[in-house]
Amino acid sequence: MRRYLLWRLAQAAGVLWAAYTLAFLLLDLLPGDPVAAMAGAGLNSTQVTPERLAELRAEYGFDRPLPVRYAASLGDALRGDFGTSVATGRPVADTLADALPPTLQLTAVALPLAVLGGGALALAATFTRHRKLRNLLLSLPSVGISLPAFWVGLMLIQVLSFRVPLFPAFGNDTAAGLVLPAVTLAVPAAVLVAQVLSRSLLEVLDEPYVGTARAKGAGRARVWFRHALRNASLPALTVVGVLAGQLTANAVVVENVFSRNGLGRITTDAVTVQDIPVVQGVVVFGALVFVLINLLVDLAYPLLDRRIVTSVRRSPA
Amino acid sequence: MTKDRPSPGRSASSLALMLALVTTSSACGGAASGGADAGSGPPVSGGTLSFAVATDAGCLDPQQVGSSDTLYALRQTVDSLTDQDPATGRIVPWLARSWEVGDDARSFTFHLRPGATFSDGTPVDAAAVKKNFDAIPDLGGLAILAQGYLDGYRGTRVVDELTAEVVFDRPNAQFLQATSTPGLGLVSPADVAKSPEERCADGVHGSGPFTVSGYRQNQSLTLERRAGYSWGSAAWKKKGAAYLDGVKFTVVAESGVRAGSLGSGQVDAIGGVRRQDEGVLRRGNARVVRRANPGVVFNLGFNNGRPLTRDARVRQAAQAAVDRAEIAAAVFPTGTRAATSVLSRTTPGYTDLSAGLAHDPARAASLLTEAGWTEGGDGIRRKDGRKLSLTVVSFSNAGAYGSALELVQQQLKDVGIELVIKQLQVTQFPETIKTGDYDALWGGDLTRADPDALRTLYSTHQVNSYRLPGGELDTLLDRQAATTDTAERDELVARAQRLIVRQAYVVPIVDQEALIGVSRHVHGLTPGASGGIRLHDTWKR
Repeated sequence: MRRYLLWRLAQAAGVLWAAYTLAFLLLDLLPGDPVAAMAGAGLNSTQVTPERLAELRAEYGFDRPLPVRYAASLGDALRGDFGTSVATGRPVADTLADALPPTLQLTAVALPLAVLGGGALALAATFTRHRKLRNLLLSLPSVGISLPAFWVGLMLIQVLSFRVPLFPAFGNDTAAGLVLPAVTLAVPAAVLVAQVLSRSLLEVLDEPYVGTARAKGAGRARVWFRHALRNASLPALTVVGVLAGQLTANAVVVENVFSRNGLGRITTDAVTVQDIPVVQGVVVFGALVFVLINLLVDLAYPLLDRRIVTSVRRSPA
Repeated sequence: MTKDRPSPGRSASSLALMLALVTTSSACGGAASGGADAGSGPPVSGGTLSFAVATDAGCLDPQQVGSSDTLYALRQTVDSLTDQDPATGRIVPWLARSWEVGDDARSFTFHLRPGATFSDGTPVDAAAVKKNFDAIPDLGGLAILAQGYLDGYRGTRVVDELTAEVVFDRPNAQFLQATSTPGLGLVSPADVAKSPEERCADGVHGSGPFTVSGYRQNQSLTLERRAGYSWGSAAWKKKGAAYLDGVKFTVVAESGVRAGSLGSGQVDAIGGVRRQDEGVLRRGNARVVRRANPGVVFNLGFNNGRPLTRDARVRQAAQAAVDRAEIAAAVFPTGTRAATSVLSRTTPGYTDLSAGLAHDPARAASLLTEAGWTEGGDGIRRKDGRKLSLTVVSFSNAGAYGSALELVQQQLKDVGIELVIKQLQVTQFPETIKTGDYDALWGGDLTRADPDALRTLYSTHQVNSYRLPGGELDTLLDRQAATTDTAERDELVARAQRLIVRQAYVVPIVDQEALIGVSRHVHGLTPGASGGIRLHDTWKR
């Protein structure tokens, strides 16, 4: 177990380094640089001479060769210093620290909503004996998956904020303001959970051991909850790991539609003006979260299924 | 400027359109009375105005912020040496009671009013003026705008406690108007001593009628009325402190959500109103406060050094082929007017040249024929086997007006000119300009309430994005920069405008406007001369 953990931590460090390096190289490949973005932003208020641009590049250190810049920024990052935002002059760490709580809050509400909602849908769809209802419930996820998050968000705003003023249309000041964004974010995730769980429930219900349980006189509810759900939730658990990534990706859309501050918002803003330090910070942070969640999910498997042993040999992935 | 985000912006504008359509179909039952500013009664003090803007620049220093969304708020926190009357374009007293400009437009002496203080208690005096201006050249990349105003800055001399003389290496007539902009708004000497990053993050102490009382990046910026304020601009109506207790600016990224929020009473005013939001606002009992941006208009500007566009007849043909009225009506917000000069009608020194900008396809055709371009089989003209095909570069921050360019493309095709549109990211701007690899640039507007905007864009001593030949135009632009007499300067500016339009160096398209949606409960919210807003006289019921 200890060797396994060490191995996984080493893997995590490798993933983080790769994410950092790839992001650095990709940002460098983009045409233009943050100084050009500054000059371009002033496009309709002033003009910047090439000499002044060169001065500014030197001031911000963008004139140094790529390996030098990479080594310097990686060295700083290892010490926990992600530099200063080019666009706002604020330390990247502060910007991330400000943006993290609202995004955490949003996903912390959306994730249980998605798991409970998706789980309930899967259970209801497989549990019901009504054929038409079952077909309807089973087809809901495919409908849901084709609804873009921004559309769902705008519809909710339109109906529950503009027409019936129940919730605010923007901001992250109040608990009420969290409802619509969390629901919007939960919908695509719930759909994914429902799809995977209902499929694996249907498979598990066909297994011989379920037949045995039935033959021994277990009630429907006991078969579903005690016997089938436990095994069927393994694939769904893997999906929860993926969900963390999906939620973060959709947070970009949801945070923009609902004008919430958060990691998604700062990412959009930073990418727009090629604010390299901020983008780097976001990438590393995103990779960190992803690595941690997957580690937690892997560690949770043996709790659900004793046959899965966490050892280096048996689960190197 | 409209800050459009390249990739999410595209989806954002289409979804804003969708939301507008939804609202159109659902809001028909709403109150239908027009949102006029009538029957308002006498002004009352108090209350907080809630204002939704699209973006947050993430910086609290007005000398370093160029985004109009953020300047809506920060403008209220700093005073300037002078103010510009939006109605007349004249420079009027503010922190400076009076001033003298040296004959050669190289020195400007300001006589400050006594008694004004920054919000940290420091007096606004000549030493503070000197410290502010001395620091601007080293303020870094975000202060590009302010640095441009101080081009050729030699220094400031503190003549006495309340008299400061600003001196330049070369004539700089635009500087007087520049002192009225937020970019040269004065901040406390204690803030000047800080680094540009600290000033952005911590904010600065201005002497304005409001102070920043709260800021959360990407979320909100709150202002609080400054008690005891009594040194307002001569262009304001109310003396003393402002009416409003405070103003809360909230960042609402989606234009459709902003409009819906105003329509449903969740906010009192919104910035960045788009064409598709107009219906929602009308039905929601809001009105639109608008003013054409001063400065150089939205245009199709030629690279005058390229083989095809070097011929004035080709440029003039394009100018005659463009139907400005159609473009203004089809793409821009309702009420946007066709350009009538290369300067917009709200710019001091503007002269009406609409006669030379008429839509005249027949003239375009005969100019092209005269230049040797004959009609080809595919509708595109040819000369010596070469197609009359021009590459026009459009940058991502031209945003929604990409569709206007497609309209121009059709209009030019009607006379046999092919326009090939090349879309580039705004970060590619400096490199593109350097290489000059384009026949024309789309947009090229420059917001500035001073005709010196012409020199910034069209003097060969500057960046010269349009590869102009210099000569007479340079002479006129340099002379206006050195002329302090308004009538004389206006005459030189008029000649420059006539020359640009006659030569069709750039093809003016529309006078772009900044639109602000305002609830009918809000009164006295007016645009500033340079396109911002003025909230000192604003009150709400």
